[in-house]
Amino acid sequence: MVDIRNDFLGIKSPNPFWLASAPPTDRIVNVTRAFKAGWGGVVWKTLGEDPPIVNVNGPRYGAIHGADRRLIGFNNIELISDRTLQENLREIKQVKRDWPDRAVVVSLMVPCEEASWKAVLPLVEETGADGIELNFGCPHGMSERGMGSAVGQVPEYVEMVARWCKQNTRMPVIVKLTPNITDVRFAARAAKRGGADAVSLINTVNSIMGVDLDAMAPSPHTDGKGTHGGYCGPAVKPIALHMVADIARDPETAGLPISAIGGITTWKDAAEFMALGAGNVQVCTAAMTYGFKIVEEMKAGLAHWMESKGYERLEDFIGKAVPNVTDWQFLNLNYVAKARIDQDLCIKCGRCHIVCEDTSHQAITATKNGERWFEVQDDECVGCNLCVSVCPVENCITMEQLTEGVDPRTGRPIDPTYANWTTHPNNPMSKAAE
Amino acid sequence: MDKARAPGVRAGRLSGEEIARNFTDLHPPLDAHEALVEADRCYFCYDAPCVKACPTEIDIPLFIRQIQTADVVGAGETILQQNIMGGACARVCPTETLCEEACVRNLAEDKPVAIGLLQRHATDRLMEEDRQVFERAAPTGRRIAVVGAGPAGLACAHRLAVHGHEVTVFEARPKSGGLNEYGIAAYKLPDNFAQREVEYILEIGGIEVRHGQRLGHEITLEQLRKDYDGVFLGMGLGSTNSLGVAGESLEGVHDAVDTIAELRQSPDLTGFPIGRRVVVIGGGMTAIDIAVQARRLGADEVTLVYRRGREQMKASRYEQELAQTNGVRIVTWAVPTEVLGDGGRATAVRFDHVVAEDGRLVSTGESFEVAADQVFKAIGQTFVAAGLGEAGLKLDGGRIAVGAGRCTSLPDVWAGGDCIAGGQDLTVAAVEDGKQAAESIHRTLGAAAAA
Repeated sequence: MVDIRNDFLGIKSPNPFWLASAPPTDRIVNVTRAFKAGWGGVVWKTLGEDPPIVNVNGPRYGAIHGADRRLIGFNNIELISDRTLQENLREIKQVKRDWPDRAVVVSLMVPCEEASWKAVLPLVEETGADGIELNFGCPHGMSERGMGSAVGQVPEYVEMVARWCKQNTRMPVIVKLTPNITDVRFAARAAKRGGADAVSLINTVNSIMGVDLDAMAPSPHTDGKGTHGGYCGPAVKPIALHMVADIARDPETAGLPISAIGGITTWKDAAEFMALGAGNVQVCTAAMTYGFKIVEEMKAGLAHWMESKGYERLEDFIGKAVPNVTDWQFLNLNYVAKARIDQDLCIKCGRCHIVCEDTSHQAITATKNGERWFEVQDDECVGCNLCVSVCPVENCITMEQLTEGVDPRTGRPIDPTYANWTTHPNNPMSKAAE
Repeated sequence: MDKARAPGVRAGRLSGEEIARNFTDLHPPLDAHEALVEADRCYFCYDAPCVKACPTEIDIPLFIRQIQTADVVGAGETILQQNIMGGACARVCPTETLCEEACVRNLAEDKPVAIGLLQRHATDRLMEEDRQVFERAAPTGRRIAVVGAGPAGLACAHRLAVHGHEVTVFEARPKSGGLNEYGIAAYKLPDNFAQREVEYILEIGGIEVRHGQRLGHEITLEQLRKDYDGVFLGMGLGSTNSLGVAGESLEGVHDAVDTIAELRQSPDLTGFPIGRRVVVIGGGMTAIDIAVQARRLGADEVTLVYRRGREQMKASRYEQELAQTNGVRIVTWAVPTEVLGDGGRATAVRFDHVVAEDGRLVSTGESFEVAADQVFKAIGQTFVAAGLGEAGLKLDGGRIAVGAGRCTSLPDVWAGGDCIAGGQDLTVAAVEDGKQAAESIHRTLGAAAAA
């Protein structure tokens, strides 16, 4: 039997799918609907100090669409909760009482002064919430007032605020990290030094969604002016995967629990983040695109996949892909792969040929005996995977390892031994310049 | 009595609304979003097979990409640069045997990109905005005569005008457009599209069309050669083939092409008479066009009889299925032996079942009759060479022989469209003939001027 119950920092939830701190978790009516739909937990929309902030009354969201209006990327300029602290706390208390088996974590963002944090923590504790998440990530609006990503971008601040919180509450502390930083490990290390129990990432990425070429202004715009917002949705998943993996395999932060966020839309996205070390996942854009019902697909899909792989509990696969994330310098330079085109599947669009011809290594034919025929020339193929990437037919082009004989491109025999950048005899720069 | 089942040949079998519905666009145009979604299906193939399959070699992947990137006008320009009748071709081309047959999507999923509909989307926009793609070159002072204002003649005249030549088009019929105006099923070119396209083409300037001018009657090839620097012949086919069986002259027996022309020129189809029982003899596009239109006018029973099998029919599989979904019964391997009549009117057609033996059709000895108030003959058309006079123009298989650049055996005469040997009876092929001939004429005149 497959068990997808989740234990994150001792916070228990019936599944690893939490809703991230965002509009879907802004108020009791939404959160109740989410729990009815089956979500395992929520991180309540960020609370701030009273008086509450004021949002714009124009567009808060922008989107990038595919041809059939499938939402690929999303951005927002909404600020933290625009309701009073009291209102929010009352609703949180109510929800936690109504749904004791679900996780309720409260996101917080107050000015970078110990007194502000000291004041808010007991109020949250009183609601019975399971934990807090420190919003050091939002890149728009609040950052201009020294909060959100303005804190997350300075590791010393991250450490300092995390420490204040740990010293002033018994609740688990999750630090939410911004991706708008050169190397996310510095912020993660700081959070750990400050005593944080976990990190969550990524918050949204600084972005301008497009330019309205009629108005000559960013789109969407408010009264003719636009500002950068936070980018999220399917498009940011690769960025988030990388940052999660970096923290999971960094010697200083390895083992620090991670709640993964960033474009998680399906069970498979969730499984990938968890394989890279996340203890659970948080979702926002997918719910804002399709509604809460998607969690049914996520729960069932994850369970079915786990069953097919023989995993009984989440812990059986969490972190399993982490050892296989490495640095470039440790990739095996003796590994030789060539593209292979399955002629039965090939529909003869010729995209592989023209991209290889124009932009890569001229390794794919266009014709044979006057007919359209696309075939890889091993003596030119460097195994770059470009043809695989552009082929419109799944599994038509695959990369196949050469395990014996000679690489026709280099004329060198295939060497079965492992040799990376630091050891390979052909590399004149085996020592990286520091 | 039910009007639809009333005997004999009569008008008004269907209501005005039903007729209007039956003769509107066979394929409604794509709206902007549908066009984007469909355009997204194009893979932008390298050396794309669809382009090779198009007689006019429209850069299909490029125009589809232009639709995708919201440059619909640019898409229209890409199309018309290669094919000035891109609008008509988008509607009448048997794309299922041309570009769409070649689409690589067929291999993946048996569903090609809807190239024809996308082409219509782009060309419609261009024509709505009344944007011309070509700019006319400075006048050359050269004058060329074009015989026939059909797709071949108009395409030739247009390209010649682009190069700055003066063109006079001689057309026998009262309207220009050729088969687009007179010969194609009404539901493929509704809303007077053929005339709108002719107007758009003539906007380039430098083209005069004279109607009521038949070769061998009001004009002669001999005189045109004297009066003009070059002549292009694009007058199509002149006569229809006959069945050669008894009863062919009975009332109710028609050439399908004549009836289609009447139907196309009829201002109100509710007044167009059609039989309750209709027999169509033939297996090409004309046969399908008359059979389907007969049904859409309200004929109760329409039987299309073809002497060979479905595979040998010139009408594409798609057209055959269109006929069937319109309720036309298709009978194959049968040849007519007599049109039966009563009081001078056709009442039925008798057929023999046949089989092919060494390529020849042999009667099985079994015959059958199909009741008919009307019989439409659609067994092909023939080129009438008589109009050419004694100029000595070489023929090939009964049609005008042409070489590279569609030049004929006479140095100052070019030809294209259905009247040339190897003509494919396709609008798009005729357009290409006209375009190629114009380029050849332009080169020849340029060379002559240089000498």
